[in-house]
Amino acid sequence: MSLFDATRAWQLSDDVSLRDEPFGALAYHHVNRRLVFLKSRELVTIVRRLEDYDSARDAIVDHVPEAHVERYETALATLVPSEIIRGR
Amino acid sequence: MAANSSLRDRFERGLNAPICLTWELTYACNLACAHCLSSSGRRDPRELTTSEALALVDEIAAMQIFYINIGGGEPMIRSDFFDIVEHAVHRHVGVKFSTNGTRLTPDAARRLAATDYLDVQISIDGVDRATNDALRGEGSYDAARRAMDNLAAANFGPFKISVVVTRDNVTQLDEYEKLAQSYGAELRLTRLRPSGRGVDVWDDLHLTREQNRDLYRWLLDRPSVLTGDSFFHLSALGDPLEGLNLCGAGRVVCLIDPVGNVYACPFVIHDQFLAGNVRDAGFGAVWRDSALFTSLREPGNPGACSACGSYDACRGGCMAAKFFTGLELDDPDPECVHGHGEVALAAKGLTIRPRSSEDHSGRTSVRLQRR
Ligand code: SF4
Ligand code: SF4
Repeated sequence: MSLFDATRAWQLSDDVSLRDEPFGALAYHHVNRRLVFLKSRELVTIVRRLEDYDSARDAIVDHVPEAHVERYETALATLVPSEIIRGR
Repeated sequence: MAANSSLRDRFERGLNAPICLTWELTYACNLACAHCLSSSGRRDPRELTTSEALALVDEIAAMQIFYINIGGGEPMIRSDFFDIVEHAVHRHVGVKFSTNGTRLTPDAARRLAATDYLDVQISIDGVDRATNDALRGEGSYDAARRAMDNLAAANFGPFKISVVVTRDNVTQLDEYEKLAQSYGAELRLTRLRPSGRGVDVWDDLHLTREQNRDLYRWLLDRPSVLTGDSFFHLSALGDPLEGLNLCGAGRVVCLIDPVGNVYACPFVIHDQFLAGNVRDAGFGAVWRDSALFTSLREPGNPGACSACGSYDACRGGCMAAKFFTGLELDDPDPECVHGHGEVALAAKGLTIRPRSSEDHSGRTSVRLQRR
């Protein structure tokens, strides 16, 4: 289990499909069969766009007000154990 | 997959597509289990053709349904079984399929082992021959064990051993755990519901209150045992069990039956829960727009459960269990952990219970003989 470091570059895993839903999205990892709920639209956008940024923090800062940055870092960290996102 | 309560409310209002879609490929079955939830036995001449089935897979893929649960009847009886499964996997739709194992030959096991995104569940309802065969019929225990041996020999990896928990086998849970370990398999327990032919054995075989309490504690200690969210009515006993802890019928769950009928859940094959047919305007239209599913997604009425402090944990339990025991949908679950279901059942007296609208039972189904 790799640890989350917001200063590093991340991306959505290749084995994951995202399905938009009214509350955000469902993420499914086809290999480890984990189903994960992304509980806000902003989080979905950030996860999708992670690969365009040199660090996860840059991706977050671009999409949410500063006061929420920490909350979104925590949210991304919870996606690491299920391998929804991975470092690159 | 624990969900917080706001997310659960969101789920109750429905999703763009189901999370848990069961597709029963055929009503044909070479066994005749006493408790079959779909009253299977004989093939239905109206069953979806191969090209209809493949087109349905395409629609499922387009709706981004990540995986489907394939069942029956015995799905491997269909001669196009592998075509359907391999088409799904090719379209990136994972397949979890349930089988009685009778057709799971060494060749079939090797073919399954070579397929990605595939889970296999072998049904076995007793850890010994006598307990299992009393419910599933003579020879079914040996067939299931042979299927497990074949999967193991083919290096399939961790398959699932799937058990409907009954009054007779609930005492065997520890042995089941050992059986699963011996194969490197996962154990999956589901609830006996009075659906299909299950209504004929439910009074004799559903768990007693004490057994339900023991099962709850056993499951709490073993979060890795799979349950498909079967036992959320037991969450009223304290800490919630793993899972969404809600009745997902028509909200996150549904069934496509072998003739293309869409029901709210695999356990409610009855006209009252029939939302439409995939042959009309496709599955998506039924899922999104059917009057039945729209009404199931409206906030539920706690009814007789409104005075219960556990309502938030249990939400009144399983709609199918209530319906096929003759209770109202806003009554407590017949296996309510506080005993309110038993009171409600007693108050109903000897009303005639509804039966599934489709019955494909063969001439002889297993007649339960309890020792
Ligand atoms: S009264 Fe209703 S909500 Fe309370 S535990 Fe029983 S079934 Fe569940
Ligand atoms: S009716 Fe029962 S089995 Fe079906 S989704 Fe609801 S709780 Fe589950």
